[in-house]
Amino acid sequence: MISFDDVDKSWGPNHVLKKLNFHVKPAEKVSIIGPSGSGKTTILRILMTLENPDEGIVTVDGDELWNVERGRRIRRETTQMKLTRRKIGMVFQQFNLFPHLSAIQNVMEAPIQVLGMSKNEAHERAKGLLDTVGLGEHLDHKPPKLSGGQQQRVAIARAMAMRPKVMLFDEVTSALDPELVGDVLDVIRDLATSTDMTMLLVTHEMRFAEEISDRVVMFDGGVAVEQGPPQKIFQDPDNERTRRFLKAVLEH
Amino acid sequence: MSENFGVIFSSILDGLTTTIWATLGGIALTIVLAFAAGLGMLSRWLAVRWLARIYVEVFRGTSEVVQLFWIFFVLPLLVGFRLVPLFAGILVLGLNHGAYGGEIVRGAVQSVPKAQHEGAIACNFSPAQRMFRVILPQAVVEMMPPFGPDIMVIYGVELAFYLVLAILITIVMRALESAGAKRIGRMPPPRTKFLAKTQGGGV
Repeated sequence: MISFDDVDKSWGPNHVLKKLNFHVKPAEKVSIIGPSGSGKTTILRILMTLENPDEGIVTVDGDELWNVERGRRIRRETTQMKLTRRKIGMVFQQFNLFPHLSAIQNVMEAPIQVLGMSKNEAHERAKGLLDTVGLGEHLDHKPPKLSGGQQQRVAIARAMAMRPKVMLFDEVTSALDPELVGDVLDVIRDLATSTDMTMLLVTHEMRFAEEISDRVVMFDGGVAVEQGPPQKIFQDPDNERTRRFLKAVLEH
Repeated sequence: MSENFGVIFSSILDGLTTTIWATLGGIALTIVLAFAAGLGMLSRWLAVRWLARIYVEVFRGTSEVVQLFWIFFVLPLLVGFRLVPLFAGILVLGLNHGAYGGEIVRGAVQSVPKAQHEGAIACNFSPAQRMFRVILPQAVVEMMPPFGPDIMVIYGVELAFYLVLAILITIVMRALESAGAKRIGRMPPPRTKFLAKTQGGGV
């Protein structure tokens, strides 16, 4: 479903992805763990076309994200790139809801504008989604009136409204009060078990990653140092770096 | 004295319609040009950015009176016909204040957080949809405080009853400002005294 082939990305002197080769099968749920600055989020941002890779090829569902023209990869938005991007949805650490729109408008906007859906149909879909994330009572509230956990659940509904084949979750619980984390994780758990979406999660919730992932990838210094089934990674990691990282995050 | 008063009053009234038309036309043209210039300066295309930048610098950098002089007296020598005075007035007001407004629009658009652009990209909006559905509705709220005084200046240049209208506009703009701020869920600016100074715009 997703493939990164020899993808390189630097921020000035900071080499965040080093010749990354990373592949995800359809319907696979993959968690990406690792210390800050190890390039985890960059992987998601490249997939969402928020960043350009410096080198290498990224494909989603068989289509290349960036076009090749006259032998050069071009970065600007082309029809082909937009169509590929439509297969992807993303939930951000800071929610990134549109503050001037109510919860339900946030969810309806993209289906109407991008998919050309009728208002009634979009409203039905949005209402259904907000019900499933437990916000059926707050349809007309503006994001600033909602708690962080509620906002994040609206953001998940917003991403789901486009029926993406691939969902990206970028540290979605990191900005939340601890007591609100549970509700958001419940929603994601439901999605993971009830849909065949391909899911990519960058997370610091190790127990959650262990529970829902098919595979866990440990990132450090721009490379995947170790990957495997969650039981293996969390109970008996081979790599020394993984062992140290898990020891540090799980022991407190 | 009393008959004089009638004459004075009626000649003021005669001018009043022209003034109102010039003002309304000037404001309308200002808003159109301000958005065109402001968005132009943020365009992806270098040529458009340059065009907008040149327009803004020229009309911000020269005085309104000089512009009026050129449009009304010099332009006829170049193109062979003279504009109706009212249109010349509207044109200069619009061009001049549109250039200032362009900077306001540009600043307000740039003040919308990057996260909003990214959220809009993740929703698969096209660049135009991102601007008009997501960024501008939030940017307009930012434009209110600096635009208020600018529109007042148009009246100020023009109107004899400057003061009355200035107060009126101040009140209307304040109301719009706080309504706008509420719409995006921000605390409205604290209520000040009726005639207090408006917040200065960063023009």
